[in-house]
Amino acid sequence: MGLLSKKDSKLILDPLADNNPITIQVLGICSALAITAQLKASIVMTISVIFVMGVGNVVMSLIRNIIPSKIRIIVQLTVVASLVIIVDQVLKAYSYQLSKELGAFIGLIITNCIIMGRFEAFALGNGVWRSFLDGIGNALGYGIILIIVGFFRELLGSGTLLGYKVLGDPIEKTGLYATGYENNGFMLLAPMALIVVGIIIWVQRSKNPALVEDH
Amino acid sequence: MSNKTDSNIYTILFAIGMVVVVGSLLAFVAQTLKPTIDENKRIEKQQNILYAMGVNENEESSAVFIADDKVGAEFQKYITKQLIITNETNVVEDDQAYLIDIKKEQSNAKEGKERRLPLFIGEKDGKTFYVAPIRGKGLWDAVWAYVAMDANMVVQGAYFDHKGETAGLGANIKERYFMDDFIGEHLKDASGNFTGIAISKSNGDPLNNDKTDNEVDAIAGATITGDGVAAMIKSELRLYVPYFNTLKTN
Repeated sequence: MGLLSKKDSKLILDPLADNNPITIQVLGICSALAITAQLKASIVMTISVIFVMGVGNVVMSLIRNIIPSKIRIIVQLTVVASLVIIVDQVLKAYSYQLSKELGAFIGLIITNCIIMGRFEAFALGNGVWRSFLDGIGNALGYGIILIIVGFFRELLGSGTLLGYKVLGDPIEKTGLYATGYENNGFMLLAPMALIVVGIIIWVQRSKNPALVEDH
Repeated sequence: MSNKTDSNIYTILFAIGMVVVVGSLLAFVAQTLKPTIDENKRIEKQQNILYAMGVNENEESSAVFIADDKVGAEFQKYITKQLIITNETNVVEDDQAYLIDIKKEQSNAKEGKERRLPLFIGEKDGKTFYVAPIRGKGLWDAVWAYVAMDANMVVQGAYFDHKGETAGLGANIKERYFMDDFIGEHLKDASGNFTGIAISKSNGDPLNNDKTDNEVDAIAGATITGDGVAAMIKSELRLYVPYFNTLKTN
């Protein structure tokens, strides 16, 4: 990363693994449960969150010195909500099919605590460029987990990836289904998202014991 | 944070300023994009209607609409008549009937006002299709459909859609394997009474070979969505029965 200083590139890379918003900070779990039944929804959610967090962090950083601290949470909410509405409207105008498929998911971005968390913890105390990197980094870290969870849930739950029948046809019993394999419908329900996230947390911490908290 | 930003007056002024700025920004975005969004919705309605009567670009197993830029011309070509039905004797033609908002009509009916029922008559390969738009409730939010029928109320094609059913479960009502099951299915029973089409978990006919049983196979894990779809078909298409009865006597 020639463009970025070591300190700046840490802002992007840290949230991807050792300070991941979902697996380490345990934020944004609700949306990780809600939208990961299919890989496509995970990917689009990731892109939308990258936009909202990148722009949102920049806006918050720009106005950080003029926000009255008493109402800063309300200001943060307003910024997220407006950005989400803009994303929703733009998708409706220029990518109608996609916006229909995502439906309520786009609105759910507002409920994503990572966004307000980063506004509060980082953008209000840091410069514009660093806040931008922090926003992108955290959104990517969030997105990676979403995509991993979405991959396994769609593959094991529906036997498809991005809608393609990668394991064969479950009704006509072709491919893997000819051997008696069945889709696990439970994967499509929210509890399994939690369990998949749990497995990721387990794998990550057993590879890097330094991440395990002492109690 | 300086002390200046802590004062009550500053806080109130900031809040007012923020509301004005954000409000005008969002109003501007909404106004600028509205024509494009409305156009998308109009195209979608035409695509849905044409899809139901079999004018689509379906590939092997996925549902594909006719392309956005072609749909206007195809709609003109295939849809020969658009009707607004208020009762058996009051049927008028209106080439804007496809823009009728079903949700609004339903709430009008609830308030005791007159409900207008749109019906689109299409001709394809010498066959006449009667396409009715219907709307109901799924598990989380609205579900709706365009159902193409022949004069005897035998389903010729259907397109289902939903606002927020569970991805991978209820959302699959818009998949071909569910929608295609309706093709050929009878809405009336053997003695000609309107019965609708039930979404059954236990009809022992998963391949849907029996078209006169008034049942199609349900989607596993989507019981409530399926029940909602069946209820919508039953209550909404029933309203069209008087019109279809007049077709017979003519």
